[in-house]
Amino acid sequence: MSNTQTQLDIDREKGNFRYDVDYEFDAGTGLNEKTIDYICDVKGEPDWIRQFRKDALKKFLEKPMPTHWASHDLENIIFDKIRYYLSQGGQKPKKTWDEVPEDVKRTFERLGIPEQERKFLAGVEAQFDSEAAYSNIKEAVGKQGVIFMGSTDALKERPEIFRKWFGKVIPTGDNKFSALNSAAFSGGSFIYVPPGVKVSHPLQAYFRINAENFGQFERTLIIADEGAEVTYMEGCTAPKFDTATLHSAVVELVALKGAKIQYITVQNWSNNVFNLVTKRGLAMEDAEVKWIDCNIGSRLTMKYPGVVMKGRRARGEVISIALAGDGQHQDTGAKMVHAADETTSNIVSKSISVGTGRATYRGLVNIPRHLKGCKNNTECDALLINTSSRTDTYPAITVRGTGNACQHEASVSQVSSEQIFYMQQRGLTEAQAMSLSVNGFVNDLVRQFPMEYSVELKRLIDLEMEGSVG
Amino acid sequence: MKHLKIDNLHVSIGDREILRGLSLDLPTGQVHAIMGPNGSGKSTLAKVIAGHPDYTVTSGDILFDGESILVMEPDARARQGIFLAFQYPSEIPGVTIANFLRAALQARLPEGEELEATEYYAKLYEKMDLLEMPRNFTSRAVNEGFSGGEKKRCEILQMAMLQPTFALLDETDSGLDIDALKIVSHGVNSLRGPETGMLVITHYQRLLNYIVPDFVHVMINGRIVESGTKELALKLEAEGYDWATEPEAEAVGA
Repeated sequence: MSNTQTQLDIDREKGNFRYDVDYEFDAGTGLNEKTIDYICDVKGEPDWIRQFRKDALKKFLEKPMPTHWASHDLENIIFDKIRYYLSQGGQKPKKTWDEVPEDVKRTFERLGIPEQERKFLAGVEAQFDSEAAYSNIKEAVGKQGVIFMGSTDALKERPEIFRKWFGKVIPTGDNKFSALNSAAFSGGSFIYVPPGVKVSHPLQAYFRINAENFGQFERTLIIADEGAEVTYMEGCTAPKFDTATLHSAVVELVALKGAKIQYITVQNWSNNVFNLVTKRGLAMEDAEVKWIDCNIGSRLTMKYPGVVMKGRRARGEVISIALAGDGQHQDTGAKMVHAADETTSNIVSKSISVGTGRATYRGLVNIPRHLKGCKNNTECDALLINTSSRTDTYPAITVRGTGNACQHEASVSQVSSEQIFYMQQRGLTEAQAMSLSVNGFVNDLVRQFPMEYSVELKRLIDLEMEGSVG
Repeated sequence: MKHLKIDNLHVSIGDREILRGLSLDLPTGQVHAIMGPNGSGKSTLAKVIAGHPDYTVTSGDILFDGESILVMEPDARARQGIFLAFQYPSEIPGVTIANFLRAALQARLPEGEELEATEYYAKLYEKMDLLEMPRNFTSRAVNEGFSGGEKKRCEILQMAMLQPTFALLDETDSGLDIDALKIVSHGVNSLRGPETGMLVITHYQRLLNYIVPDFVHVMINGRIVESGTKELALKLEAEGYDWATEPEAEAVGA
């Protein structure tokens, strides 16, 4: 599979570049109370956050690595060698691209972020290592009362909303990596959409890791007030380093009565990144939280977006696409916690394993005995491309009581040699045939992505498949 | 005029020899039928011409206008102008007929050239009308959940769109009722012409009432044992294959 390796590098080309940047603030390697004090001092944070971080550090140190169920590759993360905070200073992100320092701006320009913003976005935040370099919202959207800012600014400027929900959907001690994030978090978005406001265009965040031996720990909190609607998209890239890079985010969503939040991720980290992310949404009465999650990059991703349906008739949905290329492990899935009557959830997961890639699906569905009229539908389909490819499925479904329903379907398929021959007989090369098959496999899910992302996704799949044959 | 020439072809799958010195000359402008009992190697011949990787050519040659195509990948042969209408077409889940055919036509264009979408759809709809296919057919995934008749019609639609120099029709009549057979035959006949050569493989004479061949070959045990005009097909219909099998048995015994 030596061919595959070179092709994968071409695939990563879009994000695989790096310009030198001078960092004014560097917390050094390793994480301890001094590191936390350094981060708090640089960011000028209030005491309650300093205490919150220190409590989280204790929990992080106490909690064992979850290798009794998760990949042992986690043991290859050397926490003492990671740098936990790197920034250029001037903490307030810029509101125009002209103000963004040249060395950082050219990175985002090369990634096409300002162009996308002009074309179809309501607001953009661009994070470079630990801090946002740019954050802006279209004037019209701001006038509706929508708040879109970095989490550091939010906790200082809007503590009345921020503090109410921060750490409430995902408690610090939820898992080892949520504790790590709570201790070291920096950057990420805060969004508040007032009652009844429907944000017509997506808000987007772009996360860029530029430094080696670095950990990015952004923290995002999105609150859609009663009847509000918002779509948030995130993208991410990093240059490829020989050493491991860590990305460990926490994302909390709160959809109040009748609100709708759609959260779209296209994850294309370079394949030296450990991507260990906790994402969960809370859906109140008649509210809807939908995660559209696409994982193409990283060395190891562990991510199981969840929805806690706390109000009657709340809906939760996870649409997940994972592409595990040579040497990659995409360990993804969904968690659906039904906590009120007549709540419904839907999980559709499709994974593709190429070369020695491994895709794992883990799903948790919980409907307790005392509830009535709850429904879950789970579909998970895996496609294996090469004989060395691997897929595993670990569904954990607990449905109690008589008035609830659950449906689970799973399939594993392969692109057969007859299918490839058939397509070749029509004039497509083997790689084109493979690529078309794979695109067909995920087609129904890709259609749920905004146009600009689905085109990008198709292109990434094409490039990945070129390397999978021969 | 172009020629597809099969020259003393020997083909094996694993240790088993299936084609044993088969020769055939198919020029453009003609329709040849190959008839024979089950297991005589008819489908193997079609797949080998198309370049199926399971088969090994042990000796002999396949020449497209004098040039051997044996070293060519299946997709290169297809782009050269060889089309196989499959007996059992594969399903391609999630890929619509419109997208599939567009990709196939795009693959025939020089690098950097884009297929013109309006012309493409105009042609696609014209050919679908010919085959009495409803318009919504284009948005269905290739062969997924198709009836036998729909699959065969879809094969002929692809042939009509790709306009091959040599078309190989493998048991195109199998699984078709009489109405579907008429529609499919009408589609095939409309593609006949001086620029196209066709090899129609069938077990039954019935298809040849609708697609009337210029020549008929009888294939037994991996070899052509008898060639003639369309009357030969009628003889087979009346007398079966036994009369043709006898000399073959002697030949093997000798």
